Amino acid sequence: MNMNINDTEELILNMGPQHPSMHGLFRMVVHLQGETVTKIEPKIGYLHRGMEKLAESRTYAQFIPYTDRLDYLASPHNNWAYVQTVEKLMGVVVPERAEYLRVIFGELSRIASHIVMIASTALDMAGWSAWSYGFRDRERILDLYEMTAGSRLTVNIMRIGGISAEPPEEFWPALKAFLDDTPEMLEEYYGIFFGNEITQGRLKNVGILSKELAENLSITGPVLRASGVNYDVRKAEPYSIYDRFDFNVPVRTGCDSYDRTIIRMDEIVESIKIIKQAVHDIPEGPIMAKVPKVIKPPAGEVYHRVENPKGELGFYIVSDGTTKPARVRIRPATFINLQMLPIVALGWKIQDVVAIFATLDAVLGEVDK
Amino acid sequence: METLNNLLQTLNNLFLIIAEAIRGLFADPHSVWANLTMDVINFIIVVVIVVLAALILILLERKIAGWTSQRTGPNRLGPRGWFQTIADALKLMGKEDVTPAGADKLIFKIAPMIIFCLPMMTLGVIPFGKGMAPLNLDLGIFYFVAISSISTLAFLMAGWGSNNKYSLLGAMRAVAQMVSYEIPLLFSLLGVVMITQSFNLGVIVEAQSRVPFIVLQPLAFVIFIIAGLAELNRAPFDLVEADQEVVAGPFTEYTGLRWGLFFLGEYGNMTAMAALAATVFLGGWQGPVFLPGYVWIFMKIGIVIFFMMWVRWTFPRIRIDHLMHLAWKVLLPLSILNIFLTGLGIYIYRLVMGG
Repeated sequence: MNMNINDTEELILNMGPQHPSMHGLFRMVVHLQGETVTKIEPKIGYLHRGMEKLAESRTYAQFIPYTDRLDYLASPHNNWAYVQTVEKLMGVVVPERAEYLRVIFGELSRIASHIVMIASTALDMAGWSAWSYGFRDRERILDLYEMTAGSRLTVNIMRIGGISAEPPEEFWPALKAFLDDTPEMLEEYYGIFFGNEITQGRLKNVGILSKELAENLSITGPVLRASGVNYDVRKAEPYSIYDRFDFNVPVRTGCDSYDRTIIRMDEIVESIKIIKQAVHDIPEGPIMAKVPKVIKPPAGEVYHRVENPKGELGFYIVSDGTTKPARVRIRPATFINLQMLPIVALGWKIQDVVAIFATLDAVLGEVDK
Repeated sequence: METLNNLLQTLNNLFLIIAEAIRGLFADPHSVWANLTMDVINFIIVVVIVVLAALILILLERKIAGWTSQRTGPNRLGPRGWFQTIADALKLMGKEDVTPAGADKLIFKIAPMIIFCLPMMTLGVIPFGKGMAPLNLDLGIFYFVAISSISTLAFLMAGWGSNNKYSLLGAMRAVAQMVSYEIPLLFSLLGVVMITQSFNLGVIVEAQSRVPFIVLQPLAFVIFIIAGLAELNRAPFDLVEADQEVVAGPFTEYTGLRWGLFFLGEYGNMTAMAALAATVFLGGWQGPVFLPGYVWIFMKIGIVIFFMMWVRWTFPRIRIDHLMHLAWKVLLPLSILNIFLTGLGIYIYRLVMGG
């Protein structure tokens, strides 16, 4: 064996599933040469609940709450992807007001998810105050969910054909106050986290995910856009009413951990723009389409995808004409994004691996399904 | 006015008067037995300072954490949560004392004791007032740095003895980090030593009667605080116990009171390092307004500790290679430059003053 004089005995470190920085139940076996990582074996499946199989024994409407548990940091988006797939299968036209409300809640959940991502990246680098700043602001979004849907994390707000509830009176002033406070909020994150010398030293030029590699691994979402690829399902294949809004898709070309993190700040700004337009344009009217009590889509199959905060979330449903789907397949964003970790994190220090993993914004509910 | 002055004078020398009174109980106030008794009493006072400091600082840290991260901190037990630490200490005492099966039992058990002893030994040379050093050593600074560097060994013992990979990684980090940062730490103190021409902390405080050394040695103070934070394994240099990477480093396998001893030791060491900073750079027990000297030094220690906690809860953690670069490529050259500049300054001063 060709041994370098500086090589020491290889240390195999088992990080997870119970480890402070593993974002749930992720496990990776890390091979170390001193502090340097020589090999990573990700082990997933500790949170596997058999979502796709469960769907086959539930009616179409009964499966909506299960989708909340996929990417539980942005549950309205998962609902949205699922109900739109079913609507596409049935050919239901959703009322205008419901579409606008869906956009508002979807973009709110995008902001909430990105705030959690920034906060937990800070936490994985021991920036405790940055973490609690983030969670303080996310709290206000959860309050908005609670006013409307009654629950805060697994919101279960979408229905096949519309949205579950009309937001109450106090929702609109609270939403406006939140939107007005966001510039100050983002400035605070910049001040306490992104502007910090130590943060920049730890994230900049670390964990380079090249454009070619990102495309080859079919990575989506902010991780892909931080590698310089302008791809967003909202623009590439506009669903719902996204073609009516004026917004940009932030693209960064740094390909490193820093750009993967700060691109979420840019996306929050764009989401705020979309919500402001939606609040301005929202029409009066019903929030539910006329849908039969028992949902029985015609036999056939359909695939639909949306831009989840983490990337492209797709549902593929095969219907045999009964009340229950014959087969549901979920295309989770972070499961596919996670595939880059063992390639990109090689040769960096353990601390960098923790940071790179944090910038992928993996939610194990979605990875393991 | 006269009585007020007398009262203040008495207050300032309160502890010296008490010490004299105790010595007075012996037939010969300077016999071996009297000295021995005084040493024991001094030692007990230092132990009380360490334990009380830990009790107060743990609460203070949680309150400051709450303040910086916009929370309340502990607020349930007692008025404004002031008894929280006591409850935590009682809880720790009730915990099961687990020694891992694969551990090197002797080393595993000795390590927390060593770390707990160190702050008591180092705080012993700090003058808490005029003539109030529990142990008046001529090589005070040297003794302080020598003793505090033993904690490296304790961390390595804990990490190796636990027979746990996370502990071992943490211990290796501790050794690399603490050995590196001791050099700029000691070098930053040398400027002061050159000016006062003494290692004795009492003499150094006396020399600051007009202007504290932070004014004469600002660069050394900055280096000292950074290297001190690294030496104490406080954030942003807390790689040793980085919970996001190595769980709790060398403390991973410790439970109950053994873990509590590490905690007490950490806060005791923090108090000691803050006391050294206050003594060497901030003028020790000397103050501009007439307050008793011991009040001044504890206020200064408090300010330095507050600064350390503030930094901890604000900054993210530095990476290990950046940490090493900072020590060897930035702090060490700067501290050598500081020694050079101090020497130059002394030379020019002597030329001008004709000394």
